[in-house]
Amino acid sequence: MVISTEGLSFNFGNQQVVRSLSLQVPEGSIYGFLGPNGAGKTTTIKLLLNLLKTDQGSIRVFDQELQSNRISILSQIGSLIEQPAIYLHLSGRENLVNRALLLQVPEKRVDEMLDLVHLKDAANKKAGKYSLGMKQRLGIALALLSDPKLLILDEPTNGLDPNGIIEVRELLIRLVTQHKKTVFVSSHLLAEVERMATHVGIIHKGEMLFQGSIKDLEAISQPQIQVEVNDTVEAANFLKKQGLTVTGVNDEHVSVPFTSKTQMGEINTLLNRNGYTVYSIRKVNKDLEKLFLDITQNA
Amino acid sequence: MKGFLLSFRSEFYKTRKTMGFWSAVLLPLFICTLLFIGFFNKSDHLANMPGFMAWLQFAGAILAVMGSLLLPMLIVFIAYSVNNIEHKSETWKSLFSLPIAKWSIYSAKYFYALFLVFLCLSLFVLLTIGFGNFLSVLKPQLKFNEYHIEKLLVQIYFKLFLASLGILSIQFLLSLLFRDFLKPMGIGFVATIAGVIFANVNWQYAYLYPYSHPMLTIKGLVNSKMNNSPTMPEITVDIFTKDIFVSLAVAVGVFILGYFIVLKKSVK
Repeated sequence: MVISTEGLSFNFGNQQVVRSLSLQVPEGSIYGFLGPNGAGKTTTIKLLLNLLKTDQGSIRVFDQELQSNRISILSQIGSLIEQPAIYLHLSGRENLVNRALLLQVPEKRVDEMLDLVHLKDAANKKAGKYSLGMKQRLGIALALLSDPKLLILDEPTNGLDPNGIIEVRELLIRLVTQHKKTVFVSSHLLAEVERMATHVGIIHKGEMLFQGSIKDLEAISQPQIQVEVNDTVEAANFLKKQGLTVTGVNDEHVSVPFTSKTQMGEINTLLNRNGYTVYSIRKVNKDLEKLFLDITQNA
Repeated sequence: MKGFLLSFRSEFYKTRKTMGFWSAVLLPLFICTLLFIGFFNKSDHLANMPGFMAWLQFAGAILAVMGSLLLPMLIVFIAYSVNNIEHKSETWKSLFSLPIAKWSIYSAKYFYALFLVFLCLSLFVLLTIGFGNFLSVLKPQLKFNEYHIEKLLVQIYFKLFLASLGILSIQFLLSLLFRDFLKPMGIGFVATIAGVIFANVNWQYAYLYPYSHPMLTIKGLVNSKMNNSPTMPEITVDIFTKDIFVSLAVAVGVFILGYFIVLKKSVK
């Protein structure tokens, strides 16, 4: 495991922001750390970077205890927390040069990074004049500057336009598949994580609700039968009377949990025989977005 | 030590285009130039004054405001500007997640502020001497060339530097803790006014109060001037007086205390 925490807890005054969190981030994964705003994602990231002192529990990164190996661990991590930390009075290039100086990275690397995040043309412009997306990209360049083994990114696509989001996503996938990095990325958007993550942790009110591979997450999402029918409300009542569970009704569809194809055919026959007009009937996987909402709302 | 040097270099790199750095250069340049112009235009009534008195007039004009307001306010501003650069850009978190010891980052920042104060005071010395000598070249009736004030001036400014260290540590800590300008500025301003009053009313415990130290340093000079005969005044600067020891003790104490506060503090 690249990151492994046990019973990690943190309080801001009386408020417990992180509760007994056990993160398991395998090497070579893109770990999507999901949760609504205020779930404790940023606090967890700050704990992982030793910016906040751990109240309870332990953090191990690269199989080393964080407290006692802070500098050696941090030298292998690149991070981006909340808004990118950029000196607004310096140009993009100067921001990178300053960091390269602190990390003793050759200046050649600065140009490589500018190229990587497509900021070459704006390199000598003051970072204060950058758009949010450009700042975010500069933040990613700063995080990647020392060629770290582990990247910890807090909402890296915040403020990016669709193209920017795709670029960041592809960059992260490339880093993991081609350069053997591990990426820990937080987000409140499941759709975004779904497209790139290999592993997912869902946090809500400081508690871990789900952790596993993206396959595990898909497995717990139960497929549904969606029936498009002329009178959905009547049809729903009818199906209930037949002893079926109806999970959703709207103007166009009635939803019933999927068990087998045979059962799907039976429902079709049943409705047709009783005077309903079935326009279509199909199996749909409950989308993860809904699953995510279910998981976080039922908690 | 490497972390400290890297951080110190980075502090210079970050501030080299900001007012925080340039104020330490421009302030002495501006004030000394003003003084130069003033003396150049009003050279008549200073003519035939003995060299020593001319120097006293020239350097004294700056020193008079230096102790009461200029130095403390400059320190307030420098301490604010080296910390504000991180507050403003929200870079504390990235600074403290670098693989560099927190102690190195903290102390490099403090010593950079100290360096700026030192730079500023050194420039005051150099420019005072430089402009004074330049005046005697332009207007030979001003007898600046008859007396060498260099050693005395260095001593005075060195004492002022030491006297300012207590204030620097306090202001540095305040600016580190508060992100807005008004709190450290307001506290610094009120504390300085109080310090000047304490020193001027000769309060017996003024030497214990850091914001009185620059003023006490200047007052110490005036007293020694008066004690001597007016025809051949002789000023000796006693650098290590008890107020200087207090200043140094406060500086070291608050500097160390500040580090522990930084360690405990959550990085926003």
